[in-house]
Amino acid sequence: MGGLPILSLMLLVPLVGAIACLFVDAKPARMIALVATLVDFALGVLLWANYDIGGAQWQFTERAQLFAGFQWALGIDGIALMLIILSVFLMPICILASWDSITKRVGEYMAAFLLMEVLMIGVFSAQDLFLFYIFFEAGLIPMYLIIGIWGGDNRIYASYKFFLYTLLGSVLMLIAMLWMVNEAGTTDIPTLMAYDFPAGAQTWLFLAFFASFAVKMPMWPVHTWLPDAHVQAPTAGSVILAGVLLKMGGYGFIRFSLPMFPEASAQFVWLIWGLSMAAVVITSLIALVQHDMKKLIAYSSVAHMAIVTVGLFAFNVQGLEGAMMVMLGHGLVSGALFLCVGVIYDRLHTREIDRYGGLAINMPKYALFFMLFTMASVGLPGTSNFIGEFLSLAGIYQANSWVALISTTGIILGAAYMLYLYRRVVFGDQKNADAAAMPDLNLREWLMLGPIAAAVLWMGVYPESFLAPMRSDIAALDARLARAKPDGDAHLEAGTPRGHAANALADGGEAEGEGGGHGAEPGEAHEGGAH
Amino acid sequence: MEFQASLALVAPELVLSLSGLALLLAAAWGGDKASRLISILAVAALVGAGFLAAPALCNGASGPDTLAFGGQVKVDAFAAFAKLLIYLAAAASLIVAPAFFERVKAMRAEYPVLVLFAAMGMGIMVSAADLVTLYIGLELNSLAAYVLAAFLRTDERSAEAGLKYFVLGALASGFLLYGMSLTYGFAGTTSFAGIHAALAGDMSKGALFGLVFVLSGLAFKISAAPFHMWTPDVYEGAPTPVTTFFASAPKVAAMALTMRVVVDAFGAQVQAWQQIVMIVALVSIVVGALGAIGQDNIKRLMAYSSINNVGFILIGLAAATQQGASAMLVYLAIYVAMTIGGFVAILMLKDANGEPVEQIAQIAGLSSHRKVLAVCLAMIMFSLAGIPPLFGFWGKFLVFQAAVQAGMVPLAAIGIAASVIGAFYYLKVVKVMYFDEPANVAVGKSDWAHQALLAICAIFISPLGYLLTGWLGGMADKAAAALYFVG
Repeated sequence: MGGLPILSLMLLVPLVGAIACLFVDAKPARMIALVATLVDFALGVLLWANYDIGGAQWQFTERAQLFAGFQWALGIDGIALMLIILSVFLMPICILASWDSITKRVGEYMAAFLLMEVLMIGVFSAQDLFLFYIFFEAGLIPMYLIIGIWGGDNRIYASYKFFLYTLLGSVLMLIAMLWMVNEAGTTDIPTLMAYDFPAGAQTWLFLAFFASFAVKMPMWPVHTWLPDAHVQAPTAGSVILAGVLLKMGGYGFIRFSLPMFPEASAQFVWLIWGLSMAAVVITSLIALVQHDMKKLIAYSSVAHMAIVTVGLFAFNVQGLEGAMMVMLGHGLVSGALFLCVGVIYDRLHTREIDRYGGLAINMPKYALFFMLFTMASVGLPGTSNFIGEFLSLAGIYQANSWVALISTTGIILGAAYMLYLYRRVVFGDQKNADAAAMPDLNLREWLMLGPIAAAVLWMGVYPESFLAPMRSDIAALDARLARAKPDGDAHLEAGTPRGHAANALADGGEAEGEGGGHGAEPGEAHEGGAH
Repeated sequence: MEFQASLALVAPELVLSLSGLALLLAAAWGGDKASRLISILAVAALVGAGFLAAPALCNGASGPDTLAFGGQVKVDAFAAFAKLLIYLAAAASLIVAPAFFERVKAMRAEYPVLVLFAAMGMGIMVSAADLVTLYIGLELNSLAAYVLAAFLRTDERSAEAGLKYFVLGALASGFLLYGMSLTYGFAGTTSFAGIHAALAGDMSKGALFGLVFVLSGLAFKISAAPFHMWTPDVYEGAPTPVTTFFASAPKVAAMALTMRVVVDAFGAQVQAWQQIVMIVALVSIVVGALGAIGQDNIKRLMAYSSINNVGFILIGLAAATQQGASAMLVYLAIYVAMTIGGFVAILMLKDANGEPVEQIAQIAGLSSHRKVLAVCLAMIMFSLAGIPPLFGFWGKFLVFQAAVQAGMVPLAAIGIAASVIGAFYYLKVVKVMYFDEPANVAVGKSDWAHQALLAICAIFISPLGYLLTGWLGGMADKAAAALYFVG
């Protein structure tokens, strides 16, 4: 890309759109927002198309010495690229989702969303530590306004909780950043990623960053802002929260905590694993008893994010790739599920699960989409989440099989609460006349759900498109982590190779696999082969 | 010859005092009808003084060339930086005044004259190099300020504010004088350089007492906790343009004076004052934040906010480094813009009859009928809370950076964690304006001068302000270098 500052352009387009939206009426504001997000999506596609897989680690870099103390430094690697694509993909859908349901202060609403887009892209593309922090923190303001102005009944409590919780998490990170910059003498993120901080200091730095990212992620037990914020936010706000904002925590771990403090990451691995295991089990069980659809999906997000942290702290390539894929998949699927809730909420204005039922009869198309996303959330093979969850769990299995065992219950419980939700909403009798009279999807809703469905299937069937740009970056991260990698509990021993195939018949000869521990009896051999 | 050089160095003060006297005469003859014209001329005098003060800052003046009148006054880049801020703040509070006072028919020609004298006093404060100069400057400013606080003679609250300010200000002056006398007793001199030389090495108990009393007196003036009690009452009672002035210019002057005293006079006893400053800073942050939560008057809220912000500025002083001083100056510059913007926005909150609206509950739903005003006020609130990308973040960032670089990570961590408490009440104002049902009280029209001033402040504290970080930081570095100049 000869000289075109595409990342700055991607930041500028929504910013200009946001300012324009403030000064116009509802109708033009909607159009401006849609056009701006679509242009940004087109730029995102351009970015992906021009991304040189296997080329330089940091591409599309821009540097400008605009400020004292830090600089305007942008640039992306494969990990950031994928998250930017996710953001720009979800944004036009969010605008469409708010097309009819937002009627008051439309201009300000659209401006807040476009501002969110600027800040999200900024977070993923910042290459300067303080520039990152500014983008990271600034997201609080539009999100606070979105929840507080256009949210539900308990919106004020939720907006305060969201703001103060996440602010408290981040300010300690700022002190850690100041210390790091003082120590390393640079604010450049790629340089800092290769800088070896003293192991004693890493402990504190890791904890400070952890305070911020754990809240953003959110990890159990600091997740309690999320259900409140989700339930009270308008549909599009929930989509952005679940789809992109939660990914900032995971991105923070993969960009800062792991490469900058590898020793401390290894030191605290049981903290992360413990909290993640607790999250998987506890929040899944909580999700099982929810009566509010959005709350259910919010708790399921916490459980899915725990799979991400487990994968990240598996310290191997599978785990890291899996974590990234869960983040991308979850961004699509939970966003889509919130949209599905939004579709029926717009019609009946309640999120109470019991008020619905038998929607498969009057809304068959909706039921189909909802089923696809339910299955994707469960992690059905062929959908996006399967890839990520499988890789994450495969990664953690190499590190610790007990953690893998407990984390996997999340998949089972996930199936339980999602299928239970689906049964209550879509199957069964049509209990309420008003729910039975709801019309099926309209064109706008097709345009929202269709692309996500396509992306979910694409990611599930051919994940290589998404893994390829990230491969070298994840390999680099894995190499960086290698020196601190904790011992796995598997202790595999290489056995001596057998002379014959494992499923050969008994009369073929005596088995000599001492290390493998496989019996040589024909029945067992057959069983093993049949799996 | 030396006398002439000295006069040239204090040219800004000369301009202010001469134009103040001339305008006082003009006020006596012209009466209150001429007050608008006198205000304009007073602003012109401030601008002129600013132009005379600016070269010292641009050249980074420091060293013996800047000493005037036998070392009593030090007109270096540091003094120039503070003076420019003071003049800007004074000019702003002159510009906003007529529209406010004319409504209650209380616009008197003395107002601009008093502001000019106060500004001159503050100019002397920040360029003091001697305890006596310091005291003269401080009292010159304070006497004008007491009158200003009680400027609405018929308003009980204003009179009360004036009296409170006077009594507590006198008490603070007493503290300060007592500390100064002790210091003089143990050092044998009143000049800062002399004190620095005399107290080098081990500090005696008596001199330590002197230092503590001097710092207490100054803490009164910057309204740092635990000497902050007068602030909410005075801010609430004084007429809003006067509050604008009190919250900005004297704060800069007293803060700069404090820096000058601890660095110049007590620079050899860093560990003696550093812990006092640390405690005062943390206590101010917490008291300012907690005190503001229960307030329902927006001017009182801003008073607690100023206590809170003083705490953050003092973190830079606690670092006791040149960088800390530079960070404090940048913070002060941003703080002045936020404060003036905030009070101008408050001035613009008027009901249909033009009566000022000060209750927070009355601005409910402001965003629905006064969109731009609400956006500006929300920006100022977020900026005061230090949320990026607004410029208020940068001030906090710099002082915490200085603290971390000076190795005070725990102080920085506690301070920044306490700032989250403060965020709560700033959010409350935004919540009332944006989330609540409109009360439709603050619907009155605004004066164009207010609008223009608010627009300037809003642009400065918007993310565009970051483009100024290089320039502002460079100026502050020069000023801080002059403060720490050893020669």
